[in-house]
Amino acid sequence: MLAGIVGYNRLVMPGRPAWTQASDDALLAEFSGPPSLENHSQVMALFHSLADSKTEGVKNLHPAYCSLLVVYDPPRWLPKDLIRTLEHAACNPAPEPPPAPRRIDVPVCCDAPFAPDLEPIAAAAGLTLEAAVARLASAAYHVAFLGFAPGFPYLLGLPPELAAPRLERPRIRVPAGSLGIAGAQAGIYPAETPGGWRLIGRTPLRLFDASRDPMSLLLPGDEVRFSLIDARRFEELSGL
Amino acid sequence: MTVLEVQDPGMQTTVQDLGRPGFGHLGVSACGAADPLALRIGNRLLGNPDRAAALEMTLHGGRFLFRGAAWFALTGAEFGATLDGLAVPLWNALPASAGQSLALGGAQLGARCYLCLRGGLDGPAVLGSRSTHLPSRIGGLDGRALRKGDALPIGAAAADFTARRIRPAAIANLRPAGDLLRLTEAAQTAHFPAASRARLLAGSWTVQTDSSRMGVRLSGVPLAGPPGGSMITEGAPLGAIQVTPSGEPVILGVDHQTTGGYPKIGCVISADRWRIGQLRPRQNVRFELVSFEHARRVLIEQEESLRPEVLGL
Repeated sequence: MLAGIVGYNRLVMPGRPAWTQASDDALLAEFSGPPSLENHSQVMALFHSLADSKTEGVKNLHPAYCSLLVVYDPPRWLPKDLIRTLEHAACNPAPEPPPAPRRIDVPVCCDAPFAPDLEPIAAAAGLTLEAAVARLASAAYHVAFLGFAPGFPYLLGLPPELAAPRLERPRIRVPAGSLGIAGAQAGIYPAETPGGWRLIGRTPLRLFDASRDPMSLLLPGDEVRFSLIDARRFEELSGL
Repeated sequence: MTVLEVQDPGMQTTVQDLGRPGFGHLGVSACGAADPLALRIGNRLLGNPDRAAALEMTLHGGRFLFRGAAWFALTGAEFGATLDGLAVPLWNALPASAGQSLALGGAQLGARCYLCLRGGLDGPAVLGSRSTHLPSRIGGLDGRALRKGDALPIGAAAADFTARRIRPAAIANLRPAGDLLRLTEAAQTAHFPAASRARLLAGSWTVQTDSSRMGVRLSGVPLAGPPGGSMITEGAPLGAIQVTPSGEPVILGVDHQTTGGYPKIGCVISADRWRIGQLRPRQNVRFELVSFEHARRVLIEQEESLRPEVLGL
């Protein structure tokens, strides 16, 4: 992928992103294709190279499924010079290899009070509640990025039969820890907010705590598995 | 240590500095003062670092008691402030003595007024910033807007200081006036139908009353989105103008979500983003398209105009 670059003015590797100006202070690096693990691994490789390069005047990096937004200081850079510098940084081997994916176990309770939208999703998939929950817990998920709110993970890997559109009318209040589905995406609400994802469970874990290191329980690139717990175990784990 | 006591918090008053960039990958927005120019000028006036924390008041100010002597400055929008009943002009570093009370009324023009204090507001920083992010309840005072009875410690600063003010001509172009926001193209601009792009620039838009630091919603003739519908969620810059499925433009504000799945038809230029923070509910907004090169030049000129000698300091 990025290792295939021979020189920054002679880019030959297939995984080269297309750069667009997203605003007068941001560049968007886009990899073509639908959201996928392969596509996302390119985003993360670029993210880690650029984060390690500590390029002067780069203020923020936002990875997503297929793209990386680079926010910079416009007086410091002409866009074409910044793109050249970033591509150079991307083809230099990172001082340290990207961290190996961590495997994080997230306990989830799918009892009815915690999973108001589970029944229609299971019914639409032609599954019993137990079978739907078993599918949910059997899959491996990949944290593509954090967005929407601090610590909110966008997860790849939802079994396709559990995919479901967003609610027509978002809920005013979604409880913290709620596990939601939007299309083929899964995500977890770190704090109580309004939200339109369909809720199929809840974790007692705190996803974001600014006084903790790392602040976010989940980080981009992590592999997540859901382990099923009952309401009593949920209470025991709450507040930990 | 001098303390500022909140006697009346006003409509929505929060502790703000220049925010916490660098945590976008954790979903944390950069946050910070909605009108960062007003904050920076206030801090320069008081001999503070640009990023010292101040109070940001929204549409209607409050009442604050100085429990000890302090230097302060009001910047941004005119809120008709008085100190123990005497009118306080904007853009002036002025002394307050122990027991004096600063009262602010409603915004006469613009939306936000900053109460800056010599030494800056003290208190714990979260991720390197004292900025309050209301949606995630972090920073500032317990991540919330101020309440009656709150006591805010003011940081220490050298005592020798004299009253001074900003040269009025220096800030003539930096005041909440006019309804024009300049924008550049954004990531999905070319995907929108030509008619939508033309309508964005030709139309007059009205700021909706449910606008906030997260975003400013505009009403007008709805804009048709890109054919083919949904896009893949991606990082969204401050000032981006997202178009919702109902055709409504929303300008992303300082507390915006770090990623978004709505297409962006344009993005307000860096030099005009402070104006987003001064937009009032029900006011009109117009847009003018400029090139990226022009936007960069305007920003460099604006930074030049903030130099202390240009401001008359």
